[in-house]
Amino acid sequence: MNTFKIGGVHPEPNKLTADRKIETLALPKQAVFPLSQHIGAPAVPCVKKGDAVLVGTKIAEPGGFMSASIHSSVSGKVAKIDNVVDASGLRKPAIFIDVEGDEWEPAIDRTDTLMLQNNKSREEIIECIKNAGVVGMGGACFPTHVKLCPPKDCTIDTLIINAVECEPFLTADHRLMLEHPDEIIVGIKIILKVLGIDRAVIGIEANKPDAIALFQSKTTMVSGIEIMPLRMKYPQGGEKQLIEAVTGRQVPPPPALPANVGCVVQNIGTVFAVYEAVMKNKPLIERIVTVTGKEVKNPCNLKVRMGTPVSQLIEYAGGMPENTGKLISGGPMMGRPLLDDTAPVVKGTSGILMIPEEQAARLEERNCIRCAKCVQACPMGLEPYLLATASAAQDWECAEENWIMSCIECGCCQSTCPSRRPLLDWVRLAKNRVGGIIRARNAKN
Amino acid sequence: MSFILTAVLVLGLTALVLGLVLYAVSVKFKVQEDPRVGQITELLPGANCGGCGFPGCAAFAEACVKQDSMDGLRCSVCTSEVMQQIAAITGHAVQVGVEKVAVVRCSGSCANRPSTGVYDGAPSCAAAALMNGGATGCFYGCLGCGDCVSACMFDAIKMDPQTGLPVVDQEKCTSCGKCVKACPRNIIELRNRNKMDRRVYVSCVNKDKGPVAKKACAVACIGCGKCVKACAFEAITLQDNLAYIDFEKCRLCRKCVDECPQQSILAVNFPPKKVVAPAPEKTVEQQKAE
Repeated sequence: MNTFKIGGVHPEPNKLTADRKIETLALPKQAVFPLSQHIGAPAVPCVKKGDAVLVGTKIAEPGGFMSASIHSSVSGKVAKIDNVVDASGLRKPAIFIDVEGDEWEPAIDRTDTLMLQNNKSREEIIECIKNAGVVGMGGACFPTHVKLCPPKDCTIDTLIINAVECEPFLTADHRLMLEHPDEIIVGIKIILKVLGIDRAVIGIEANKPDAIALFQSKTTMVSGIEIMPLRMKYPQGGEKQLIEAVTGRQVPPPPALPANVGCVVQNIGTVFAVYEAVMKNKPLIERIVTVTGKEVKNPCNLKVRMGTPVSQLIEYAGGMPENTGKLISGGPMMGRPLLDDTAPVVKGTSGILMIPEEQAARLEERNCIRCAKCVQACPMGLEPYLLATASAAQDWECAEENWIMSCIECGCCQSTCPSRRPLLDWVRLAKNRVGGIIRARNAKN
Repeated sequence: MSFILTAVLVLGLTALVLGLVLYAVSVKFKVQEDPRVGQITELLPGANCGGCGFPGCAAFAEACVKQDSMDGLRCSVCTSEVMQQIAAITGHAVQVGVEKVAVVRCSGSCANRPSTGVYDGAPSCAAAALMNGGATGCFYGCLGCGDCVSACMFDAIKMDPQTGLPVVDQEKCTSCGKCVKACPRNIIELRNRNKMDRRVYVSCVNKDKGPVAKKACAVACIGCGKCVKACAFEAITLQDNLAYIDFEKCRLCRKCVDECPQQSILAVNFPPKKVVAPAPEKTVEQQKAE
């Protein structure tokens, strides 16, 4: 079985919820929609206080080329537009909607019938995806319509579907694959049509044999879709790692894109969202969230309307265990700690993880012993110890020279460090600063 | 014996030849440096803090000599006497600047500002500001990781372990501005040093609306505007729910300090206010005498 070549770690999988069916969570009392749920410019609200909205009504327009629209996932009245603390820990403007009933936009097809026939042209499909506000569901939230229009000078030959879900604890994608395989296959065909190619590879890690078997049986009669089981290794779900694992091609450092090596990668959740947007005319208003943790009473996979407060998910899973030390939005490797449980579920929320106190606390930092474990673990071939030192010394030039912008923030370095140094914190800081310096430089030229 | 003689002769001749070469080179390639640059450099503190805007003390000295006037040239670390001496060397009139001092505009101590979480990431304010809003409910105040302390080259700023806030040693502060740049929350400001180092300032940078700010911190400015009304010199402005005292206009009357319901305006280095004691009751003898 294939995998990527450089670095990587093997965290404990802890897929506690792999056999829990997706359950639907009840509507919240108030839904909150932060305006920046995606990479790029924040969306611009197109409703005002007091407006009545239905499920699926567009409430914010894209704020630029690299942006996505946002739709209401509930029906009711706009209560206010105010700041909210989201999973990033920072305050961001958001639209608050008080829920009244559950009235849907009439244009949305709410039935479960599988729609196979797709008569839309390439442009119509992209317009559909853009209007539905679909973004990458793997966590980075890259606007999908932008990704589906690769630069003109790149020839795309392979569509890679990311069904790896290498992050420990999370099983949202796994469950989606088991419960909606037909919709996903239609979604893949739609994306192949947009890209004008006929080869798609679904990369699945070997710890999901049921999903591999199911898709292999479903695709025997379908030409062009190939299932590729991959050897388990974190962070295989990283775009560049997955391309290497599946095709053996290496993406050059930024600003090069996966399109430069002829690949487009889409998450399995995104494919499902594309199916719903194109065939059912349903915007991105729901997602699957894994609520889990070793001490959680009833860990589960929930279908949640966007904007639902995290507290409601935790309540459904049996409440927060008393000894919880850290509440994380996402998985344990790349997730973000939440300040409290009032944060809303957004497009990129793949899981809610509760970690017991004794595992949550960081141990005391010691000096670097130059063991180079972090260098060995880095899947991008960087030298994290050096980048962290440069960042602490505010030597942004050194950080840039050592390819800090290639870092994918997977956290392998920090998890292997025997001296427990906060390598990723320092790298994130330097990445932020160097990114600012590069943008300023480009703006000048 | 002859080999000793040979060695001495060979080495002696080599030394002579090399010495002549060095002399020739030093005469031929002599760099004419203005002696005043060296004199000024010696007067400067030599900390290369960059507070003057030049990359170091030597570059500042060179600029002093090269420019036609001392306009815009000022070493914030030097005293006025040293600046006068520098001016005497260059022969230009010195610009008399008001001495400044770094002021930390946050009173969100552990007691005033309850924590809402624990930050245990990289020990840097910049990293903490990036990860999340810090471990308190205030999104504007001090993060307490001490970026300003590590930025200071004069040992003039220290963290107070009691309050978790930085404290400026006004004797040591040279107003170079390093801490101002280091603070990701823009809390530290350079304010005029007044007579006896007296200062009145709003010790808060929270721009939230009153109730939100008050919930996060007991001494947050809530933007009530009482100080603005109290000020007779129009020195206080209110913007984004936050009062700001213009140190150029402030006459240190301290009316605003008494008016502030949140105790967020601080007056430092003033003598303690005289408590007006009630007149002592007259003794029986005094009454009789009257």
